[in-house]
Amino acid sequence: MTMTKRQGLTAAAAIGAILALGAGSAQAQYPTKPITMIVPFAAGGPTDVVARIVGENMSKTLGQPVIIENVAGAGGTTGITRAAKSAPDGYTIAMGHMGTHGAAPGLYPNIAYNPQTDFAPIGLAAGTPIVIVARKDLPFKTLQEFIAYAQKNEKTINNANAGSGSVSHITCVLLHEMMKINPNTIPYRGTGPALTDLISGKVDYMCDQIVSVSSQVKGGTIKALAIATQARSPSLPDVPTTKEAGLPAFEVSAWNAVFAPKGTPADVVAKLSDALTKAVTDPATKKKLEDLGGVVPDAKGASPAALAALVKSENDRWIPLLKAKVKQ
Amino acid sequence: MDLLSNLAYGFSIAATPTNLMLCLIGALVGTLIGVLPGIGPIATIAMLLPITYKLDPTGALIMLAGIYYGAQYGGSTTAILVNLPGESSSVVTALDGHQMAKKGRAGAALAIAALGSFVAGTFGTLLVAALGKPLTQVAQAFGPADYCALMVLGLVCAVVLASGSVLKAITMIFLGLLLSTIGTDLETGEQRMTFGLLPLADGIEFVTLAMGVFGFAEILRNLEQKQSRDVVEQKITNLMPTRADLKEAAPAVARGTLLGSVLGILPGGGAVLAAFGAYTLEKKISKNPQEFGKGAICGVAGPESANNAAAQTSFIPLLTLGIPPNAVMAIMVGAMTIHGIVPGPQIMTKQPDLFWGMIASMWLGNLMLVIINLPMVGLWVRLLRVPYRMLFPAILIFCAIGVYSINNQPFDVVLTAFFGLVGYLLLKLGFEPAPMLVAFVLGKIMEEKLRQAMLLSRGDAMTFFDFDKHPISATLMIVSIILLIVALLPSIRRKRDEVFVE
Repeated sequence: MTMTKRQGLTAAAAIGAILALGAGSAQAQYPTKPITMIVPFAAGGPTDVVARIVGENMSKTLGQPVIIENVAGAGGTTGITRAAKSAPDGYTIAMGHMGTHGAAPGLYPNIAYNPQTDFAPIGLAAGTPIVIVARKDLPFKTLQEFIAYAQKNEKTINNANAGSGSVSHITCVLLHEMMKINPNTIPYRGTGPALTDLISGKVDYMCDQIVSVSSQVKGGTIKALAIATQARSPSLPDVPTTKEAGLPAFEVSAWNAVFAPKGTPADVVAKLSDALTKAVTDPATKKKLEDLGGVVPDAKGASPAALAALVKSENDRWIPLLKAKVKQ
Repeated sequence: MDLLSNLAYGFSIAATPTNLMLCLIGALVGTLIGVLPGIGPIATIAMLLPITYKLDPTGALIMLAGIYYGAQYGGSTTAILVNLPGESSSVVTALDGHQMAKKGRAGAALAIAALGSFVAGTFGTLLVAALGKPLTQVAQAFGPADYCALMVLGLVCAVVLASGSVLKAITMIFLGLLLSTIGTDLETGEQRMTFGLLPLADGIEFVTLAMGVFGFAEILRNLEQKQSRDVVEQKITNLMPTRADLKEAAPAVARGTLLGSVLGILPGGGAVLAAFGAYTLEKKISKNPQEFGKGAICGVAGPESANNAAAQTSFIPLLTLGIPPNAVMAIMVGAMTIHGIVPGPQIMTKQPDLFWGMIASMWLGNLMLVIINLPMVGLWVRLLRVPYRMLFPAILIFCAIGVYSINNQPFDVVLTAFFGLVGYLLLKLGFEPAPMLVAFVLGKIMEEKLRQAMLLSRGDAMTFFDFDKHPISATLMIVSIILLIVALLPSIRRKRDEVFVE
C-alpha cells in the first residue's frame, strides 16, 4: 500500500515539477518534489545503509522524501558520473565516499568527473573506521607482532580484499607501503566471500570497514589487530588504535559524504547542508550511525567547507600512491 | 529435543498476526514480481527497504525473505508459460516446462512446480533448523580451488549432455564463457572487451542475456510465422496433474530436493548448479531420456525442487555466520544493519527470536505460496489464451522495465534487444542458448575462483590435483576428466541424448 502511495506521490511530484518549470519559479520554495540521492553501490552495503539512515532524517527537515537510487558499477564511479552530469537543481544529490571522491582518479584514468571541481560539496555524513583483521590461528596478537610476522613471511602470506579499487584494496595498499612489504594479494568479489575465506583460514589478513568485520571479531571467528582512527571505537572497545599500536601514520577512514552537482544554487546548497547537519546532530540518527561503528561529525565537521578540504587532502594522499602502486 | 522446543519458539514468533501478515505480503509480492519477467527480487527488496524502517527487524526480515522465495516460485511461472526465465535457476525449468505448456499441459507443469517446491522448501527449512551449524562447516571446507573444480565439473556435464552436435554445444559453452569475461578485471581493474562503454564496465547482467536470447528471440521466432502465433499449439487439457504424473514426478522431487539442499549451502552458483544438476540427473536415470526437452514432467519437477531447496539452504551462511552468500541476502543484511543489528556468528545466541522466527516463517511462507499458487494455476493458464498480438507487446514492455530496474541503466535495455537478435540468429543456425547461459553463470564464478586458487598456489596449476591440500578439488577434477573421456569415446557418444533442447 505504501508502494502505491509512493508511486502516486512521485507521479504527482513529476506533474508538479513540469508545471513549476513552466511557471519558472521552481527555486522559490525548494524543495517542491522528492529528492533523489544516488548511492553508487548496491543496496544493503555500508554506503547504502549510511545514505538511508541520513536520508530518512534529512527528509524530515526538507519536508520532501529523499529517495535512494542505487546506481552501482565501476567502483562507484558510474553512479557518481551520473550525479555529476545531472541538473544542478538540488533534486539529484549523491552519497559519495572515500573511494569515489578520494581515490578514484588514481585508479581510473578515464574517469569522467573531477572530485574537486565537478561538485558542490554538501557535507560529511559519517566516517567509517578501517580495521586490520587477521585469521584467528596465526601466531601473533598485536599489530607489531603482525608486522614482524608479515615481513618475515612476505613470500607466503596472503592478503585478501573485496576487489580491485575497493576500500579494502586501497587501504591495504597504503598499509603495505608503510610496512614496506609487497605480499601476495587475493581479490574477491565483495567483502562477504573474502571474509568467508578469512574465517576458514584460506587467506591470512585484510583491511576493511568496521561495520563489515565487527560482528565477526566479537564472535571470535577472526581477530582484530588495530583500528585506523584517532580514538577507539565503542563497537570494538578492546581493539587498540593504530597510534597506540605503533603505526600512527596509518589513519584511514572510508568516509561517506553528500555531494550535489557543480552549479547548484547557493541557497539550495545551504538548505541541503542545514538538513544534513540536523541529521548528523540528531541524537537518534547519530546513535544509529554510531551503532554501526561510524564516526559522526559535529556541525563544523559536516559543513561544505570541511568536506571540500577533506576531498582535497584525500586526493593528495591517495592519487599519487595509487598511480605509483596500482596503475604502473 | 532442543530442536523441537526451538522450533516451537520460532513458531510462537512467526505466527503472531503481524508477522503472519508480513510473511503473506512478502510471499504475495514475491510471486507477483517473480511472474513479471525481468523484475527480480533484488530491485524489489531495494525498493521496499524504506517500508521496513518502521517494522521491527524480525518482521522486516520475514517479509523480505518471503519476497525472496516467493520470487523463486513466481519465476518459474513465466519460464513455463512464455519461455522467459527471470532467475538464473529457472533457465532449466523453461526447457521442459515451456514444452509442456505448448502441448496444453501448462497447468500440470505449474502445479507440479508448486508442489515440488513446497516439498523441497519444507525439507530445506528443516535442514537449516536441524543442521545449520554443521553444514556451515561443509561450506567452509570449500576453498577457491574446490569451487573452481566444481565449476569445471558443471561445464563438463554441459558438454557431455548437450544435444545435437557436440561441436555446436562446445562452441556455445565457450561463447558463454567469453561473454562472462566482459567487464572489469577482478585483480588489475582493467576493462576487458567493453569497447570503452562505461555501462559494460561491470559486465553483462544475467537477466539482460537471458531475456534477450530466450524471451526476445522467442518472440521474434513466433512473429515470423504468419499463422498459429498462439503460445499453445494444442488444446489445454486438465489443469491439475494426473495421478500418473504425480507418481512419475515424486521420485524426481525427492532427488531434486536432496541435490538442491546440498548445493544450496555453497554461496554463489549453488542454486543454478542445483537446478542444472538435477536436470542432468533426471535425464541420466530416466527410462525415456528422449522425452527430455519435449515436455518431460521430471524435467520440471527435479530442477524446480532443487532450486527451491537451494533457496532455503542458501540462508545457512547468513543465519550461522552473518555473511550474505548472494546479492539478495546482502540487502537483507543491510535491512538488519539499518535496525542496528550487525549480523555475525553470534546471531543464533544473541538474536534467537530473529533466528528461529525466521526459520519458522520460511516454512509458513512456503505453505502460503502453495495455497496462493495452486488456485492461480487456472488463471495463469487462461493467460495463454490471450491473443499473441496482445501478449507479446506486454511481455516486451515488462522485460524492458525489468531489465532497466536492475541497474537503472537504459543501456541494458538496448543490450537486451541486441541479444534478442543474437538469440534469433542462434536459433536459426541450430545453436542452443541454454549451454551458453549455464556457462555464462558458471564462468564468472569459475574465473574468480581460478584466479584466487592460482594466486594462493603461487601459479602452480597442480594445486587442483593436490590430494593432500585440496582433496575436494582433486576428486572433482578426476571425475571431470573421466566424464570428458567418456564423452569423447565415439561408442558412448552415440548414446548421448539431448539435454538442452530449445
